[in-house]
Amino acid sequence: MAKTLEAVDAVVIGVGMSGSIIAHELTKAGQKVVGLERGAGRNTVPDFQAPAMHDELKYSVRKGLMQSAQNEAVTLRNNTDQTALPIRRWQAFLPGTGLGGSAVHWNGNIWRFQEADFVLKSHIEKRYGKDFIDPRLSIQDWGVTYADLEPHYTRFENLYGACGKAGNIQGKVQPGGNPFEAPRSTEYPNKPMKQTYACSLFSKAAESLGYKPFPMPSCTMSQRYTNPLGLTMEACVMCGFCERFGCEHKAKASPQTTILPVLLKSDLFELRTHAQVQKVQLDKQGKKATGVTYINAAGEEVFQPAKLVIMSMFSLNNVRMMLLSGIGKPYDPKTQTGVVGRNYTYQTISGAQVFFDDDVRVNPFMASGSTMSVIDEFSGDNFDHSELGFIGGAYLYSNITNGQPIGFHPVPPGTPRWGQEFKQAMLKHYNHTVKLGAHGSSMPTPTNYLDLDPTYKDAWGQPLLRMTFDFTENDIKMSAYITSKLEQIGKAMGGKQVVASPRKGPFDSNIYQSTHNCGGAVMGADPKTSAVNPYLQCWDVSNVFVVGASAFVHNGSYNPTGTLGALTYHAAEALTTKYLKSPGPLVSL
Amino acid sequence: MKKNETEKEEAVDVGRRTLFKAAGLVAASAAVSSTVATSSAVADIPPHHDMKATQYVFLHPAEVTFLTAATARLIPSDANTPGALEADVTNFIDKALASPWGGGSDMYVSGPWKPGTPEQGYQLKFTPSELYRTALTAINKQLAAANTPFDKMTQTQQDAYLTKLESGSVDLDGVPSAIFFSMLLQNTIEGFLADPSYGGNKDMLGWKAIGFPGAYVSWYDLADKHGINLDSRTANPISMANAPKHDMSHSGKGE
Ligand SMILES: Cc1cc2nc3c(=O)[nH]c(=O)nc-3n(C[C@H](O)[C@H](O)[C@H](O)COP(=O)(O)OP(=O)(O)OC[C@H]3O[C@@H](n4cnc5c(N)ncnc54)[C@H](O)[C@@H]3O)c2cc1C
Repeated sequence: MAKTLEAVDAVVIGVGMSGSIIAHELTKAGQKVVGLERGAGRNTVPDFQAPAMHDELKYSVRKGLMQSAQNEAVTLRNNTDQTALPIRRWQAFLPGTGLGGSAVHWNGNIWRFQEADFVLKSHIEKRYGKDFIDPRLSIQDWGVTYADLEPHYTRFENLYGACGKAGNIQGKVQPGGNPFEAPRSTEYPNKPMKQTYACSLFSKAAESLGYKPFPMPSCTMSQRYTNPLGLTMEACVMCGFCERFGCEHKAKASPQTTILPVLLKSDLFELRTHAQVQKVQLDKQGKKATGVTYINAAGEEVFQPAKLVIMSMFSLNNVRMMLLSGIGKPYDPKTQTGVVGRNYTYQTISGAQVFFDDDVRVNPFMASGSTMSVIDEFSGDNFDHSELGFIGGAYLYSNITNGQPIGFHPVPPGTPRWGQEFKQAMLKHYNHTVKLGAHGSSMPTPTNYLDLDPTYKDAWGQPLLRMTFDFTENDIKMSAYITSKLEQIGKAMGGKQVVASPRKGPFDSNIYQSTHNCGGAVMGADPKTSAVNPYLQCWDVSNVFVVGASAFVHNGSYNPTGTLGALTYHAAEALTTKYLKSPGPLVSL
Repeated sequence: MKKNETEKEEAVDVGRRTLFKAAGLVAASAAVSSTVATSSAVADIPPHHDMKATQYVFLHPAEVTFLTAATARLIPSDANTPGALEADVTNFIDKALASPWGGGSDMYVSGPWKPGTPEQGYQLKFTPSELYRTALTAINKQLAAANTPFDKMTQTQQDAYLTKLESGSVDLDGVPSAIFFSMLLQNTIEGFLADPSYGGNKDMLGWKAIGFPGAYVSWYDLADKHGINLDSRTANPISMANAPKHDMSHSGKGE
């Protein structure tokens, strides 16, 4: 029998990027909040300290900070004709665990989506005509606009100390920034980071082709910065152990560096780590959540009653928890009805390698996760698609974020996998190769979805999440077109060999392609095609909010966390200014 | 080219002799302590006992022999740079297999086990330590039966045998040889390039060879000196063990 605790106002499941923000906003509104985090508590000191943190094998190769695959894996099949099997080791995507979530080991690239993204269906129909959209794509408008989110983007960027150069302030294009970006109300809180050699090789080449390169907006700090909560981050020292690592230097924005020290001081907040949430419990009618059940560190089952439940467990876990709890109608691909699990999307990433002669010393190890130069000409709908037969696009970038040699030792194609020739190639090209990337959008289709696996169980006996996913024809076409543009930049960089690899199907779980798992509990104005309303509130159970990139209706050409941060503040504002005053559905039908 | 090959053969031989010597000593001292528990037994240990000799905790001697010779073909030594042998890759693999990772700590290990598509990734029931033990036992048995032990082959024969493993055409008691080969290759690269605290990359030989300066605390001042020659630093890399202690109380690079 579960032991039942005293009721609280709100339970936040998952104390990562979005959970820490929601919890903070709720405590500010006077709510008594319990944060349940399945992983360990951890902090910059002592957990992320060098030299122990500078360990490629432990953290990058063996994925030291990630969700335990032994406890909770995800099963995968490329289509419904296959039998899904567990992804037994994380490779393609790397969800985190522990206080701070994936925002501890992220790169820190911070983006806003395009204005068109939030009204994608209307926008494409308006620009290219109603017949232009491939009927196999289930794109739709988000139920929220860029203008609604702009103040929340700004709040999040101030919290996380975004470093960049604005390209568009209130409609006025700014030199040095991204001329394509949606209008910002103000400049970034911090200047861009120093540009590495790889960045400058890329930007010179991009400029020579008439493009407008700019430094990647980053949450690795260009200078010391004190955020609106009074927390200070240091300038990033470009140690080259960033993505997949915690920052020892308080120089990467994470819950630990931007908000947790304030949140954890609040009398209204209680953090419980090693609390593995099993289920959100509903009342008899299935209309109201009564609280959540979790297993504590000692293995006991605990019921925590609460008036309000926030899921902020990372997109994939949010969708799974909805399904395990019976919240919302599960999506059925045969009838294309139901909403939970629908419109699962990813990121369509491709790359190129530029091999230089010995005189070009790249020194790839001097970098942060965000030291990149970028062009935005081919993202989203920044270019004319009318003759191209696809929608969406990708930003193109120089992709040198570290020189950790187990993972980074490029060799030209045709090099044997092992032996003397391999060894010589590995040693020869290490310091003379620049990787480039194309970071592409992912469009939803009715055959890509998430549900519960019928066979495989987690360590507590509950079904694993089953992912049915492959790249759409639209996205494969997009990748082919965009990667050819990337190859042109590579050639203009003056390398002696350029090897471009457009993304091809089937989706392969063995290759890292970002942890930008999106959709599955999408937002929208119509409960038939969305699991949550425009405030991320469940349509069916109004005291449950689902905060995550699970709400993305499609994935844009950009990294998701900037937009997720904006949606988090947008939901928090609705919660604290509207919902708490009169709990109930914020959108009536 | 020929000259290099003889040098390599010698290197392999030296390595092997050291290994056998070490393994023999370990067996001898274990026998001593279990049968004659007197202080005079301690005095029986030869005075030149090499305290630095590798102690294997997972691998059996025959497995050590195969792995030492095989990894030396995957990343060979040559006149200019050391290879897997000098970097002690076999020791790295031994320690990795004995670690939680070897027991499958980073894997979903529940069944049912079914063959999948390549995109679904690894689907065998074997944990890494089980996979190595099964594959190595089968390899050594097959080669002994054919009277062609791996370490007695010429390099050309060794490469041909490894190519056979790589192509997947050898049955290793249920382990597809291509999967074993891929894991061995990956672990060899890891053992050549991981921080030395894991038992390989001895004296940071792998890092010096590739030009990775190791776990530097800060590149802030140099990151925008494009193309700068850092040979002096990459010749003296920093490992976790020799890194200066990083003091978070210092104020960083605030500007
Ligand atoms: C290697 C890597 C690089 C990345 N780089 C970038 C980048 O450059 N730019 C960008 O925009 N995004 C990037 N991301 C993505 C970014 O990290 C995520 O978008 C962001 O962290 C998501 O926030 P979240 O709050 O949804 O989830 P998280 O921050 O992951 O937090 C979820 C929390 O919920 C907890 N939890 C899950 N299940 C349970 C349960 N059952 N019970 C209790 N607690 C639970 C988890 O342990 C975790 O702490 C990257 C991700 C990775 C892995």
